[in-house]
Amino acid sequence: MNAFSPRDFKANALRALADPDLQRALGNMRQGFIERRRSAAARLPEFDALRDKARDIKQHVIGHLDLYLEAFEKSVVANGGTVHWAKDGTQARDIILNICRLVGAETVTKGKSMVGEEIAINPFLEANGIRPVETDLGEYIIQLRDEPPSHIIAPAIHVNKEQIADAFRKHHRDLAPERPLTDRGALLSEARRALRERFLAADVGITGANFLVAETGSTIIVTNEGNGDLTQTLPRIHIVIAGIEKVVPTLDDAMALVRVLARSATGQDMSVYTTISTGGKREGDLDGPEQFHVVLLDNGRSALIGSEFQEVLRCIRCGACLNHCPVYGSVGGHAYGSVYPGPIGKVLTPALVGLGEARDLPNASTFCGRCEEVCPVRIPLPKLMRYWREREYTQKLSPPRTRWAIRLWAFGARLPALYHFGARLAAFWLYRRGKKGGGRIASLRLGEGWTRFRDFPAPQGKTFQSQWRGARRHRAAP
Amino acid sequence: MSSARDTIFAALKAGYRGRHESAATVGTDAHLARRAPHLVPARAKPENRKAALAQFTAMAEEASATVARVHTMIEVPGAVADFLRAHNLPMRAVMAPDPFLDAAHWERRRTLEVRKGRAEPFDEVGISVAWRGVVETGTIVMLSGANTPTTLNFLPETEIVVLPADRVVGAYEEALAPLRGTAEEGAKHTLPRVVNFITGPSRSADIEQHLQLGAHGPRRLHIIIVDDQATPA
Amino acid sequence: MLPAMTPPANPSVGLFVTCLVDLFRPSVGFAAAKLLEAAGCRVAVPRAQTCCGQPAYNSGDKLDAKRLARRTIAAFRRFDYVVAPSGSCAGMIKAHYPEAFAGDAKWLPRAEALAAKTHELVSFLHDVMGVKAVPGKFEGIAAYHDSCSSLREMGVRAQPRALLAKVPGLALRELPGSEVCCGFGGTFCVKYPEISNHMVADKCREIAESGADTVLSGDMGCLMNIAGKLSRDGREIRAYHVAEVLAGVDAAPLGRLRAEAEEATA
Repeated sequence: MNAFSPRDFKANALRALADPDLQRALGNMRQGFIERRRSAAARLPEFDALRDKARDIKQHVIGHLDLYLEAFEKSVVANGGTVHWAKDGTQARDIILNICRLVGAETVTKGKSMVGEEIAINPFLEANGIRPVETDLGEYIIQLRDEPPSHIIAPAIHVNKEQIADAFRKHHRDLAPERPLTDRGALLSEARRALRERFLAADVGITGANFLVAETGSTIIVTNEGNGDLTQTLPRIHIVIAGIEKVVPTLDDAMALVRVLARSATGQDMSVYTTISTGGKREGDLDGPEQFHVVLLDNGRSALIGSEFQEVLRCIRCGACLNHCPVYGSVGGHAYGSVYPGPIGKVLTPALVGLGEARDLPNASTFCGRCEEVCPVRIPLPKLMRYWREREYTQKLSPPRTRWAIRLWAFGARLPALYHFGARLAAFWLYRRGKKGGGRIASLRLGEGWTRFRDFPAPQGKTFQSQWRGARRHRAAP
Repeated sequence: MSSARDTIFAALKAGYRGRHESAATVGTDAHLARRAPHLVPARAKPENRKAALAQFTAMAEEASATVARVHTMIEVPGAVADFLRAHNLPMRAVMAPDPFLDAAHWERRRTLEVRKGRAEPFDEVGISVAWRGVVETGTIVMLSGANTPTTLNFLPETEIVVLPADRVVGAYEEALAPLRGTAEEGAKHTLPRVVNFITGPSRSADIEQHLQLGAHGPRRLHIIIVDDQATPA
Repeated sequence: MLPAMTPPANPSVGLFVTCLVDLFRPSVGFAAAKLLEAAGCRVAVPRAQTCCGQPAYNSGDKLDAKRLARRTIAAFRRFDYVVAPSGSCAGMIKAHYPEAFAGDAKWLPRAEALAAKTHELVSFLHDVMGVKAVPGKFEGIAAYHDSCSSLREMGVRAQPRALLAKVPGLALRELPGSEVCCGFGGTFCVKYPEISNHMVADKCREIAESGADTVLSGDMGCLMNIAGKLSRDGREIRAYHVAEVLAGVDAAPLGRLRAEAEEATA
């Protein structure tokens, strides 16, 4: 597995740009998700008003997280569940391990959870003799291939069916070698068969949560496969792992957010399974877990409260920003070297791992603004990326050459006479260079980043300002 | 040494410095006590029963469920048998032990073998009755309970859901309203262990972005709407 | 934005020329002035203007950005309107100057005053001045590239299309990805050149596939990026700023010399 760190963004991006399989997958994804979201939004006249509501609800919650978390805990306990608090990934892992040990768990099934990735729970459980099995089909595929997810909603988007067949043949012991796995239907059946056994055998089921509802002490998961439901219903223990920012006050708040979630993520009006879980088995229930645990993770989130980045905690993990980002669409998720790729990752990752480690991420953006345009809770992502750039600048983390180039330009621009003089010189000199090349410059020292791939259109020769002075005398306004 | 909980709350409170504490608490208490939907889209407000059922059917079918309609509960076993035959499925099903379903008199249809209980791994067909149907997106709402095991909705490959027509509501919140308590009542046992909102059969597009049905949950979801039952919900 | 019911009579307009136009393509500035005057505006070009400060702002150098912003605010105080042939620079002034001076009791009101009267050129002509006819003529099939800031900060989308439709001889082709970023992004294109190249290559392929022989945009940064890539790829597609086509083209396309251009259109 390649080095997985935001520090390696540039190198990983280069590799991604040269990978034809990945590029093909990214192209398909782009078309698919973008078009489907557009038509889902078109089908619902209230969509934009719902996004405003969603933003307002999350914004309100983020301003009162402590109070709503308290209420949530109280409700969970009232229903016989247990709430655990984890300051960081290490604590969260230990808590989960201890719960698993309580029942002597050997295998654990997992629904899709970004927070689970964030705390790297799988390798930790394995190291402690417990076998975690991802049940979301995409996550399962990349688990077999031992790679990280490349997209929040579609983690195996970079894998083609031949690669999936290889992974199954390698890992499914019960799979007869003569069984054909050439078409997608066969692959799905094989995955269903193999995972069905795991579902039934699991001692503990771990899911994430899209929402934590304070009113009722419930957790809500949203899936299309039904794997989250099998994960949480069949085993003896259900553990929910979620970030503290996932809490919402009431079921009304949750349903308002549910209305924008699937539409933004995949363009579906509603995901196939939206499941509200409240505590463990009740008296008389024929199925369900005996114990219900919620592990609430901080891991840097509380530090954002009161900071200029607070708004990023509104995120409901739909992935729309990734789907619409031209940079993500060019390099895919792995290049970011973070659990959270794409525009949301550019803002979150420095908060979670530090700006020194992640400084390429907020810089690798053209600020085109499409992410903010499609975000269901209207997070101003480009502005937040710019805040990271400001911190980077004042902390002098960016290369000196870049900082000095900007300062020099700004200095010159503060002195109009100097500026205009310099501009005239540059315009003339570049024009002369360009004339030799028929109007374009093919290579420019100090401009190699440009001219490696593009010609540089030469200026017309004189600046506008110098010509306007002369022309104005002869100009008559109507 | 302070616990993780203490540390987290201290960090949050520090971030909220300048917030007026009691005003905030009053605000959040008020919000928690509120029981009203935020913004219900027009499509969740059908004009009448007829429009509601038509829209429900259309949306459910768009989500790849199939929908049949019968007038009375007595016709349900026949509708089930028809569906199983049409899809070459065995005439055998596990059924939720919900007394409501007894009105169908399953024993009269000898060719259809029905067992009451929770779903086991070998069950291919499951039959249950819906708590509500939601017009907004053609969604079925199922509750867990002594008579309604959750596994019925997920283990068998084919799920058949009986939906009395008078249990069809417009918006999601309407399906939840009877289950919720007030803020004074607190959270204890207001909701059942699980409330499932189900819209169509299970699916995945994780294999090359190509949509396929039957990922882990049912491959087929068949909804039988029953007209004339006054049901105590 | 709907066109103004009664356009203002003879307003004074400060032309914010932009550093890229000033340095690289003055013909755009002259085209802008021509269009504004034809619409009934009195156009002046304050000499004190230099750069709107966006490169500094987006690089995180807020201090320098604000210094430049204060100069710009001062230079343009006396006009009814401030118009720029660029969604990017107009957006910087309109959307970001107030943001930069948030909490500043002295400069925030001034920034807001300037922002309130600042416009991108084509949308100003169409929405505020109610322009219905344009002097330009142009023989060609043109694809229009929406710059991100025009689209998302300045609400410019229908207006250039409406005015280009009035240019005799010009056939407009819609690009399926007209709303997708071209990869310029200021310093982005030289900090992440490979990714930028990938994005502009997609854009150029799309333009070529549309059958257009010309590409137009309202922003010089995008235009130079796209024109430079078209040229390196050896494509015969010409690039102009939309203002030039509306006013009547008076110069060689980007990256070409006059004589060569005349030969090409002969």
